[in-house]
Amino acid sequence: MDKVSKVNTEFLISRKKNIYEVIIGLEVHAQVTSNSKLFSSSSTKFGAEPNTQVSLVDAAFPGMLPVINEFCVKQAIKTGIGLKAQINKRSVFDRKNYFYADLPQGYQISQFKHPIVGEGTVVLDMPNGQKEVGIERLHLEQDAGKSIHDIDPQNTMVDLNRSGIALMEIVSKPDLRSPDEVNVYIKKLRSIMRYLGTCDGNMQEGSLRADVNVSVRIKGTDKLGTRCEIKNVNSIKFMQMAINYEANRQVDLIEEGKSIDQETRLFDTKKNETRSMRSKEDAHDYRYFPDPDLLPLEVTDDFVEKIKSEIPELPDEKKKRFIEKFKLSPYEATILVSDIETSKYFEEVIENSDVKLATNWITGELFAVLNNKNLEISESPISSKNLSKLINLIKDGTISGKIAKTIFELMMDSDKDPQKIVEEKGLIQESDPKALETLINKVIVDNPDKVKEYKSGKEKLFGFFVGQVMKASNGKANPQLVNDILKKKL
Amino acid sequence: MSEITSQSLTELVKNIKEKKISSEEITRSFVVRSEKSKSLNSYITEDFSSALKKAKIFDTKPNFDLKLPGIPIAVKDLFCTNGLKTTAGSKILNNFVPTYESTVTQNIWNEGAILLGKLNCDEFAMGSSNETSFFGNVQNPINKGLVPGGSSGGSASALAANLTPITIGTDTGGSIRQPASFTGTVGLKPTYGSCSRYGIVAFASSLDQAGPMSKNVKDCALLQEVISTYDAKDSTSIDFKRKNYFKELTKNIKGKKIGIPKEYRVDGMPNVIEELWTKGIEYAKNCGAEILDISLPHTNYALPAYYIVAPAEASSNLARYDGVKYGLRSKGENLIDMYEKTRSEGFGAEVQRRIMIGTYVLSSGYYDAYYLKAQKVRKLIKNDFDEAYKKVDAILTPSTPSSAFKIGEKTNDPVSMYLNDIFTVPVNLSGLPAISIPAGVDGKGYPLGLQIIGKAFDEQNILNIAYAMEEKINFKNKITDWWIK
Amino acid sequence: MTIDLKTIKNISKLSRISVDDAKAKKLEGDLNSIFEFIEKLNELKTDNVEPLTSVAETTLKLRSDEVKSKDIRDQILKNSPENNEDFFVVPKVVE
Repeated sequence: MDKVSKVNTEFLISRKKNIYEVIIGLEVHAQVTSNSKLFSSSSTKFGAEPNTQVSLVDAAFPGMLPVINEFCVKQAIKTGIGLKAQINKRSVFDRKNYFYADLPQGYQISQFKHPIVGEGTVVLDMPNGQKEVGIERLHLEQDAGKSIHDIDPQNTMVDLNRSGIALMEIVSKPDLRSPDEVNVYIKKLRSIMRYLGTCDGNMQEGSLRADVNVSVRIKGTDKLGTRCEIKNVNSIKFMQMAINYEANRQVDLIEEGKSIDQETRLFDTKKNETRSMRSKEDAHDYRYFPDPDLLPLEVTDDFVEKIKSEIPELPDEKKKRFIEKFKLSPYEATILVSDIETSKYFEEVIENSDVKLATNWITGELFAVLNNKNLEISESPISSKNLSKLINLIKDGTISGKIAKTIFELMMDSDKDPQKIVEEKGLIQESDPKALETLINKVIVDNPDKVKEYKSGKEKLFGFFVGQVMKASNGKANPQLVNDILKKKL
Repeated sequence: MSEITSQSLTELVKNIKEKKISSEEITRSFVVRSEKSKSLNSYITEDFSSALKKAKIFDTKPNFDLKLPGIPIAVKDLFCTNGLKTTAGSKILNNFVPTYESTVTQNIWNEGAILLGKLNCDEFAMGSSNETSFFGNVQNPINKGLVPGGSSGGSASALAANLTPITIGTDTGGSIRQPASFTGTVGLKPTYGSCSRYGIVAFASSLDQAGPMSKNVKDCALLQEVISTYDAKDSTSIDFKRKNYFKELTKNIKGKKIGIPKEYRVDGMPNVIEELWTKGIEYAKNCGAEILDISLPHTNYALPAYYIVAPAEASSNLARYDGVKYGLRSKGENLIDMYEKTRSEGFGAEVQRRIMIGTYVLSSGYYDAYYLKAQKVRKLIKNDFDEAYKKVDAILTPSTPSSAFKIGEKTNDPVSMYLNDIFTVPVNLSGLPAISIPAGVDGKGYPLGLQIIGKAFDEQNILNIAYAMEEKINFKNKITDWWIK
Repeated sequence: MTIDLKTIKNISKLSRISVDDAKAKKLEGDLNSIFEFIEKLNELKTDNVEPLTSVAETTLKLRSDEVKSKDIRDQILKNSPENNEDFFVVPKVVE
């Protein structure tokens, strides 16, 4: 889990005379969460043996025809609603024609002129405030199969399992201006879709990929520069590196007085640079036309309304509610809503325990540990129920915060009920004033010179006394009470 | 009882149900005659031994509740048949054996019929004379050296020569009706969406439709009942209430209004066609129909529109023949080289031409001027019919602008070949049903057909009109068996 | 609209059909005569006409999200030109 950077500077590229800003647009391909494919009833499960999730339709056998999956349509509309976008009740599927080994039909069924979802917005929580990024459109299309080049030196192996899985292509307006913004944008998109259950956003498994469009222009000017498209980048880190490299490449060309060719490029992850894709150059003419095997997709208002009624509270709304209801800071709220699993966990914990403590423990201790062990919150060794119990033990004074930290570590190994740990290890903090007084008196008596020093002005020594009392009590003394009593005595 | 192979389908069904003949006898008759008729080249793949086996099995436990009990049928090689080679008349699928069955043929087998074999056709259904097939020309049984029409040339030829009691073809621009006209047989193109396209090798998806080809209208109605079903596996299949076309067949067409479109009277139309048409109008009147003049103003633009839309869709539908998954693969140095060699060697000249036309009209800069324009013209043509059908119930026209021509006569001139479809193409562009029935002969004695076009989903009406007129016309196909030595 | 040899070479590349000079010349003749015939459409004014989307008078039917197709790898690979139990095998792409 990334820390939200508290520093957000403008991303500018300076050369001798000119300062350039970078214009970025993203085309995100998100695999739709569904049981079967978009136009066939094969399974979409990840990781199956090659070509075992391929039907006659997927392999484009003669006479095979597409039949659309209703659930995928719903998922696309749901996502559109989550993007606060216009839902187009009538949309058309077009064929995008090109030849490639992993494209069995020789065309991809996509949507060109009339996508299912129109314009929308995504709000980014940046360190220096919120920024709205425009969504141009979202459309449904088929994913292609996989070409594997490194099994055989002479040949390419083709696995069509992925061929035909539903993808949502989400096209942003060219509103992004830095690698940081790209990071926040991708995460926000991913978060919204995970909240909705429309895409699991698993970039390692390829559920989320992006094509990055980059152009540059001199800061202060209006005209957009020629853009280049960097295809199929499958991690945020690579997107940021690619943008960095590409923007600088374009600026260098302009500074040398050269022009930029509009082209498609690949990001070479080993060399850390973008390079031109020669073979895709003449595939530009996709000859889009409406797929005659399908009819226009028409959905009713009722259909859309029903989907709307199934939308859960989304990150932006949840954040607002957390701030208003629980008085969290925007920073805290942003972190807690950033992923649906995190917000779920938080809400479970605060059902029965203090919000402030919950916030601190989750965003502090828990996140630190999960980060260390590279775990998602859904894999947390400590359940929300038990964390809630731990927080209650602190709140009702049974244990101190310090003791809680110890117990927390023990819980990391076993997810044991903290109450039980307290009982087993006898960790109840000492809050009996009389008992504490006894301890404190002993410490004072045992350290007369320190008392003298303190009373003559060395205020820092207060901590020494506290420390001694804690030591004498094996850490169980209630720190607050110790403080109060010590102050009175000294 | 007359000779088995001369009997109509309904006669055979009656006789087998009455136990006058067995499936094995019927099948053997057609097999024997087919084997004597190889010079017609109607078949691409024969499945005779398998057919005889199936016939024997049927006879041991016959089910006479079925509509086609134990009847042997050969089908156009565009229908995928499970376990039996399906080539679409092309070298590129010369070794392709489907592991699945088309819905239309499955419907036929479900009613007890037996597959005799796969019939020759123009490559990928692109042609009007069966001269583009990789497997060679087909002879028209009417006379040696004549084309049978196309693309369902093998089907029409086998049917007219009595090598199969009935058959199915596909019609994209006239490929059932035109060969029916050329061979003196009956051919029906149903409403678009009436028969499932699942498992049929696609040519032009928005135009293709399977349909019966038969010796008479009664047979045609029976087979239409069998093959027309709603199929959820085809998104363009339509779920409408289908009539019992055979049961409800009637000659009573009193009061039906039949339109005569003036624009079908084309420049240079041969007199014999004009006369046939006039005679047809008389026959219709005699049956009690009312004749009205109508106008279909955009008729002349149908053929150019068709030759944009069909190749465009075909260029995309045929992209899957790339040597990767099935079919021919030529050796290539790399992937692109493999594609280019495979497709150049696997596709014939006409198919390559149409793919190029299709690719061009869809390409950037030309899409609006050609493809989009053609789709707009298509709308106008459909509107013409919709307007006409406010006044009439059906439309009567000639099926073809001539009788069967000689093999090789038009192969050097693509455009003159395309003009064969002038009367049939508007029907596909509008998605309407139409039937061709033999109505007369020309000076050479070669058959000529009349076409009855109906409203969408109104196959019953045009079958009835055809049935009534057929009786009045009383056409007898003069087949001399010249190819059997 | 005349189609020149350059266009023919371009279209043949897009359609992945190889064309040598002799073939291209023949195609030039054929395609141009076909296009002359098609040009007739330009006589019609169609600015205010909606293009036909389909003659199928029905709406797009939606299918339920059930996995119905099983592992039929054997069938899928049965007709493959290059024998391999798991994959389709093709010559490499030249990048």
